[in-house]
Amino acid sequence: MEITITINGEQVTRDVEPRTLLVHFIREDAGLRGTHWGCDTSNCGTCTIWVDEKPVKSCTMLAAQADGHSVTTVEGLEKGGVLDPIQQGFIECHGLQCGFCTAGMMLTGRALLDENPHPSDDEIREAISGQICRCTGYKNIVKAIQWAADNPATSEVTA
Amino acid sequence: MQTPAAVDYVRATSVANAIALLNEHGEDARLLAGGHSLLPMMKLRLARPDILIDINDLDELRGIRVEGDELVLGAMVTHAEVLSSPILAEHYAIFREAEKVIADPIVRNKGTVGGSMCQADPSEDLSAVGAALKGSVVIQNATGTRTVPLREFHEGPYETKVADGEILTEVRFPIRPRAGSAYEKVERRVGDWPVCSAGAYVVVSGGVVTDVGIGLTAVGAEHFCAPEAEAFLIGKAPSEENLAAAAQLAADSCSPNADQRGPADYKQHLAMELTLRALRRAAASSQGA
Repeated sequence: MEITITINGEQVTRDVEPRTLLVHFIREDAGLRGTHWGCDTSNCGTCTIWVDEKPVKSCTMLAAQADGHSVTTVEGLEKGGVLDPIQQGFIECHGLQCGFCTAGMMLTGRALLDENPHPSDDEIREAISGQICRCTGYKNIVKAIQWAADNPATSEVTA
Repeated sequence: MQTPAAVDYVRATSVANAIALLNEHGEDARLLAGGHSLLPMMKLRLARPDILIDINDLDELRGIRVEGDELVLGAMVTHAEVLSSPILAEHYAIFREAEKVIADPIVRNKGTVGGSMCQADPSEDLSAVGAALKGSVVIQNATGTRTVPLREFHEGPYETKVADGEILTEVRFPIRPRAGSAYEKVERRVGDWPVCSAGAYVVVSGGVVTDVGIGLTAVGAEHFCAPEAEAFLIGKAPSEENLAAAAQLAADSCSPNADQRGPADYKQHLAMELTLRALRRAAASSQGA
């Protein structure tokens, strides 16, 4: 079946099998490898992307379900060569080591800040509770999201 | 790599259209709601439909509203919407308390109320909430609709009264002024299925319990409820002694299985303790504490 998904503002039209998972469509058909593919069971959360602005685990959604919808991946966070504050925050606060969970963590963090610009540490931990990081112990991820809260896009952000 | 077996996919344009598609394709068709139970089962070949009928476009299945003396949740209301609903929070704390511990925030964006009910997992938290509140579901087929009490909805694990060619369209809960409610869950880690959960509503009037509902999940409670414990409490003061006796009756009516989440006697103990905690807080809340 032919489907069209708007990924990071660009329409991607492909002929896919209906059973194709969204994570594979993003990585293989759209060629965007920033979205990682992990546990395959909606536990680890590394494949988290946005569908219509809401975080979703893309291993547990068919690409066909996203036909006609808009998807945002980690590649869509940067605007005009300037990193989103959430990306800068992960750099400033060493919010990653191996980087496997990072794309999903940043998308969840950005979505949280869009709804709640000044979350508590507990609210951040709740928001990322569906995602697993085996490196950081989460402490620096919480700090990174707090950094982004303290340095919103209107302030000077160096890419 | 886990991928579902080859399957066809079609989007329903209305509830009537979904029912027509179900009748056209028979038992080889499955409705696709949030997909967070069905797709994992398809990956494992525990489910192998030939065609998926996607009902995500059906706005008629969305929305949370008050209708007369009932709360009405469309089948496609997501867990996230239940968690954040001011209407539900106004009437029953149990919704928010249960939803906060169902899966994780990202899964809650997709998983639906109707999907959870129809999946009918023996450890489903919402089934305990539905049984505690004595809710009902509306099931529609080509000839009309019928209402089934949630305490009669389950035929067994993963089996419900929803037959081929039918769709669950609504879940309804009676509004009970002055009811307090609460939900208690023990899980191994955030977002996991419960080792045991218990929920309750209590109405205390004139110093005695005049109405009560108790729901339990993951511990083999028949229809996720504990009617003997409820009957015991009616007309009695919500004292610690009476609540504890009721909680023990509830636990005695359970028959948990030993599994990787714990031995049976531990789960039975949890059933007592969590029921007691839920009753305690629900009773206090009904009395304005």
